[in-house]
Amino acid sequence: MLKKISNIGDCGITCDFGDGVDKKTNKEVIKLFNFIQESVKNKKIKGILNYTPSYNKLIINFDLGEVKSGEVIEFIKSNDYSKTVFSEKSKLVEIPICYDEEFALDIKRLEEKTKLNFNEIVKEHLNTDFFVYMIGFVPGQPFLGDLKKNLYHDRLDTPRVKINKGSVGIVEKFCTIYTFESPGGWNIIGKTPLDLFNIKKREASMLSPGDLVKFKSVKKKDLLTFKNE
Amino acid sequence: MSNHFKILRPGINSTFQDLGRFGLQHLGIAPSGCMDRSLFSLSNKLVGNKVSEGALEFAYQGPLLELVGESAFVAVSGKVNFNIINKNNKIKQGAPNESFILSNGDKIDILSTINSVYGYLSIFGGFKLDETKGSVSTLVRAKIGPNNGDKLKIDEKIFFNTSSADLKTKKFEFDFDSDNTIRVMQGLQFDYFSKKSQEDFFSKEYKVTKLTDRMGMRLDGEKLENVISKNIKSEGITKGSVQTPGDGQPIILLSDHPTIGGYPKIANVITADYDKLVQKIPGSKLKFKLVDLGVAESAFQDYIKKLNFF
Repeated sequence: MLKKISNIGDCGITCDFGDGVDKKTNKEVIKLFNFIQESVKNKKIKGILNYTPSYNKLIINFDLGEVKSGEVIEFIKSNDYSKTVFSEKSKLVEIPICYDEEFALDIKRLEEKTKLNFNEIVKEHLNTDFFVYMIGFVPGQPFLGDLKKNLYHDRLDTPRVKINKGSVGIVEKFCTIYTFESPGGWNIIGKTPLDLFNIKKREASMLSPGDLVKFKSVKKKDLLTFKNE
Repeated sequence: MSNHFKILRPGINSTFQDLGRFGLQHLGIAPSGCMDRSLFSLSNKLVGNKVSEGALEFAYQGPLLELVGESAFVAVSGKVNFNIINKNNKIKQGAPNESFILSNGDKIDILSTINSVYGYLSIFGGFKLDETKGSVSTLVRAKIGPNNGDKLKIDEKIFFNTSSADLKTKKFEFDFDSDNTIRVMQGLQFDYFSKKSQEDFFSKEYKVTKLTDRMGMRLDGEKLENVISKNIKSEGITKGSVQTPGDGQPIILLSDHPTIGGYPKIANVITADYDKLVQKIPGSKLKFKLVDLGVAESAFQDYIKKLNFF
């Protein structure tokens, strides 16, 4: 539930849904996100520039020349967005992943921590129905959850300077996919050949907050023949 | 070959920008856009463009460009030292914040910004740029925008639209605000910081360091002590947020900011003072002044009035 709305400077507000980092809380965030996105599209409210969901907050930025914080807050409070049907907006995306040892850089570390062997870790990962909590830091990078508890592990003590594009990593109950080459501290378990982000496409990011994801195992040789649309 | 500028020297960080790319932050795309909206608007107005037309933004040292083709009606805004070099290699000092005509073979040599960071070059009719998701702003980190999302590079060409119109040169006396006080509102995690640090932040000076670019401005000053938690659950980022990582040295997030982040924020710079902030060069000593929403909103009205006056 929406607990509190506060100002972030003069051209932003944050809608705070509490401390929980779980699907239940995040679904509430995404309901409001969907509602704002629709309202902007249908010109029910003017001046909104960005609406950025995260685990338990929605941040809304606006053009101070068009609308003021008080009006945006009033708009949210006076509309019952709780009726927005959540599932209408979310889609299921299947993401190919190759767990070959060449890509699963941290599998040893995970085996030690989880006391599971390589195959068991892969099986657990493939069996997980993932949910997109949020997208960001860099374009198109999704934060997915929830892994089963037996796969939980911390970040690397020393983050890698370079993680290749397409690398799939896990930390605690989350899973992420690096859409650009970047530094990072997640436990890398595989690689996807799928381009999750392409600015030239109409939908630049394949995933949106609230979508569902299932991984599908592919062989190393399949990576060579994989074609992105 | 149609009219164009040949890039003889690209400058340090020259990119095309407009007012920004919006509605995509939830997909990880930062707004980007011009750093100094006042100067960006000014350069467009001086050549008679609409204020949202894409302009060339440069930082510190700008580009050296040679005009190939018919004449062009241009303006450079900012506190900028630049020369016009004509075909016979005659050098004339350029006048910023004033529109003028460049002829075929003329070179414009933008040597440096003076005691400031950003300046703009606008051309009547606009540069020929492809929009990406409704904007011609460049986000170099994600390779989004014109010029394949990159900074200007040597030997490239910049094409522009030619338009014939009644070209009236315009001039504007632009005053930079030399004052180093930046007004801020309390950040979402203001209470994470000790009472002493809350006081320090509003009374001590914070120096702009060299680790400053379009993404953020790193400051150096009295360490801000976090008494609650050095990390928060990642949340959406707003331009002008002053985040403070574990080392206690604040970073102000600017136009190319990450879209989400997990450091506590002690303050947010108000919109009216953002242009002034981004022009502060490394070594400048900033002082932060706490204001409330009412003050920030009325300061914005004054800011817009000034913008409309150009």
